Amino acid sequence: MSMANISGATPSAASLNSETRIPLIQTRGLSKSFGGVQALSDVSVELYPGEVLGLLGHNGAGKSTLIKMLSGAYTSDSGQILIGGQEVALGSPRAAQQLGIETIYQNLALADNLDVPANIFLGRELLRGGVLDEDTMEFEARQVLERLKVRVPDLKKPVFNLSGGQRQCIAISRAIYFKARILIMDEPTAALGPQETAQVNELIGSLRAEGVGIFLISHDLHDVFDLADRITVMKNGRVVGSALTSQISQDEVLEMIIAGKLPPTRVGQPG
Amino acid sequence: MQQVNSAAARPASVPLLTRLGLDARLVFMILAILGIWVAFHLLTGNIFLTARNLWNLSVQTASVGVMVSGMVLIIVMRNIDLSIGSVLGFTGMSMAVLGTVVFPQNTWWAALLTLAIGLALGALVGVIQGTWIASLGVPSFIVTLGGLLIFRGGAWLLTGGQTVAPLSDTFQILGGGLGGSIGGPWSWAVGGALTVLIVLAELRNYQQRARRGLPNRPVGLQLLITGATALTIFGFVTVMNSYDDPRTNLPRGIPVPVLIMLVVTAFMMWLVRATRFGRYVFAYGGNPEAARLAGINTKRLTIMVFALMGMLAALAGAIQTARLNAGTNSTGTLAELSVIAAAVIGGTSLSGGSGSIPGAFLGAVLMASLINGMLLLDLPSAWQNVVQGLVLMLAVSLDVVVQRRRSK
Repeated sequence: MSMANISGATPSAASLNSETRIPLIQTRGLSKSFGGVQALSDVSVELYPGEVLGLLGHNGAGKSTLIKMLSGAYTSDSGQILIGGQEVALGSPRAAQQLGIETIYQNLALADNLDVPANIFLGRELLRGGVLDEDTMEFEARQVLERLKVRVPDLKKPVFNLSGGQRQCIAISRAIYFKARILIMDEPTAALGPQETAQVNELIGSLRAEGVGIFLISHDLHDVFDLADRITVMKNGRVVGSALTSQISQDEVLEMIIAGKLPPTRVGQPG
Repeated sequence: MQQVNSAAARPASVPLLTRLGLDARLVFMILAILGIWVAFHLLTGNIFLTARNLWNLSVQTASVGVMVSGMVLIIVMRNIDLSIGSVLGFTGMSMAVLGTVVFPQNTWWAALLTLAIGLALGALVGVIQGTWIASLGVPSFIVTLGGLLIFRGGAWLLTGGQTVAPLSDTFQILGGGLGGSIGGPWSWAVGGALTVLIVLAELRNYQQRARRGLPNRPVGLQLLITGATALTIFGFVTVMNSYDDPRTNLPRGIPVPVLIMLVVTAFMMWLVRATRFGRYVFAYGGNPEAARLAGINTKRLTIMVFALMGMLAALAGAIQTARLNAGTNSTGTLAELSVIAAAVIGGTSLSGGSGSIPGAFLGAVLMASLINGMLLLDLPSAWQNVVQGLVLMLAVSLDVVVQRRRSK
C-alpha cells in the first residue's frame, strides 16, 4: 500500500516526528461488510496527540463506518485498533468512552430542556448519598467551561436558550470533562453560522494545544484546511491517501475525493 | 398581580419573577386558584371558604392528586396513559374482593396486605403496558387505549358486575371517612415536622451554595419564601383542624388520603429533582436520541415510568374504593381525562420534555375546586362537563400563546 503513505513519502519536521512518536490511536487493516456490501476494506489510519486529522470523502466512502467503529458502535470483521500501541476491544460506546474516546455529533448530543451541568453530566451524573449532587456538577461545569474559554451567560438555564455554537461547545466540554484524549467530531459545524463556526473552531484549537487528538469529519474543504494538520481521503471503503495540509493543495485533495486516486504529481514520488 | 405588572413595566428583558428565582407559572396558578375560591365563595353565599368545604375539597383532590404526578412523567417522556381510570377501577375492585373475601379480618395486616397486593397489581399492569410500548414500539396511545377497555372489562368480570361491600373499617381509613383522619395533635406534629424539614433543607442548600461561590437568592427574599411556605402549612393544618368529627366533637385533622397525596407529591418532586431516574425521564423527553447516546437504558426507563403510573393508579383505586366503602366496576371511569387535564393545566407539555410536579398538583387542586364549587352551586353535571372542557382548552391556549411569544 505505497499509496497510503504520502505523509511518509514527503519528509517534513512533523512527519519525521510522527515516526518516532507512538500514535494515540491507530487502526490496522480494518474491514467491515454489511450483507454483501464491503463498507470498509483494509483501512489503516493513525492519529497523534495534539493532531487534528481531517477525514474526507463522499457519502458512502466509509467515513461514518470507520468512526462508528472507533466510537464503539460497530465492531470490525477483521483488523485491529490500537490505543497507545496496545490493542483494544471497543465493544460498546461505553467501552470506548472509558478508553478516552468521545464522539461529538452534529446536533443529536444535547437534551434541550436540561441546563448546562445536566447536559455535561448526562448519563454520568455525580451522586452524593445516592442523590444527584447538583452543586458539585454546577461547580465542575463552570470550571471546565472556563478552562476551555466557553462563555455561557447562565448555566442553570435550559440549553434551548443557547446559540448553536454554544451548544456545540458544551457538547465538546462534556467530552473534555470526561478526559477524552481522542475526540471524534462528525460535522461539528454543519448546522452553525459563520460566527458560531468560528467559536467551535477556536475551541478545537485550544484542545489541540492540550494534546487531544481529533478526528474531524467534514464536507467543507476550507474548514478542514483551516483546522486539520493532516487529511486522509477515503473512497469506496478504502483509504485513498493521506497528506499534511501544508503540503497539498485543495485542488489535489478534491481530485483524490472525486477520482479516488492520488494526483499524478504525487504518484511515484520516492518513498 | 402587582408583581406581574411591575415585571412587564421594567425595561430589563428578564422578568421580575425569574430574577427572584420564582416560577411564573406556579405564581400565576396560585393566583388563579385563589381567584376561583373567592369567586365561588361569593357565588355560593359564603359556603366555599369554610373549614368543612375546604376539608371536603382536599379529600376530593386526593385521587387525581395522587395520580397526576405519575402522568407528568409519562407525558414528559412523550407518552400518554389512557388506561389509568380503568386500572384504578380494576385494582380497586381487586382490593375490594381481597378485603371482603380473602382477608375479611378487620386488622391492620389484612388492610395493609390488601393494599400491598393492589399496588403490586397496578405496578404489574404498568410493567406489561410499558414493555409492550418500549419493546414492540407500539404507540402508548394505542396500548393504553387497549388497556382502558381491557381493565374496565376486567373490573366487571372480577365479580360479574356485582358491587362488593362493605370493606373493613381499617381499610376504610384510606378513604378519609369517619376515623379516616389523623386528628388534631398529629396534624400539628406533621405540619411542624414538615416546616422544620423545609427550613433545614433550605438552610443547608444556602450554605452549600455560598461555600462554593454559587449564586443564591437574596436573604430577604429567601426568608419571605420560607415564611410564606411555613404560613401556608400553618393555615392548612388550622383549616383541617377546624372541622370537627360529629361523634366526638374533636378536630378531624388531616384526612389520610390527603396525607397520602402530599407524601406522594413530595416523593415525586424529590424523584424528579434529586435522582438519576428523574433526570433521565426529562432527558429522554427533551431528546430521546441524546439520552440513548448518553448510555441511558431508555427501554427500562419507559417500563419503570409506566409501572410507577400503574402503582399510583392502584393507590388512587384504594382511596376511592375505601371512600365509597365498596368496589364497583365503574369506579374511576373517565379519571384518566381529569388527570391528563390537571397535568396539562399544570404546565406539562404534550410534546414532551417539560412538566412540573408542583404545577400538576396545583392543576389537580384547580380542577377539584371547579368541580366542588359547581356542585355547591348545584350546576347540572352536563354544565360541569362543559365548564371543565372550556377551562382545559383555555388553560392550554394561554400556554400556547405564551410559549409562542417567548420563542419569538
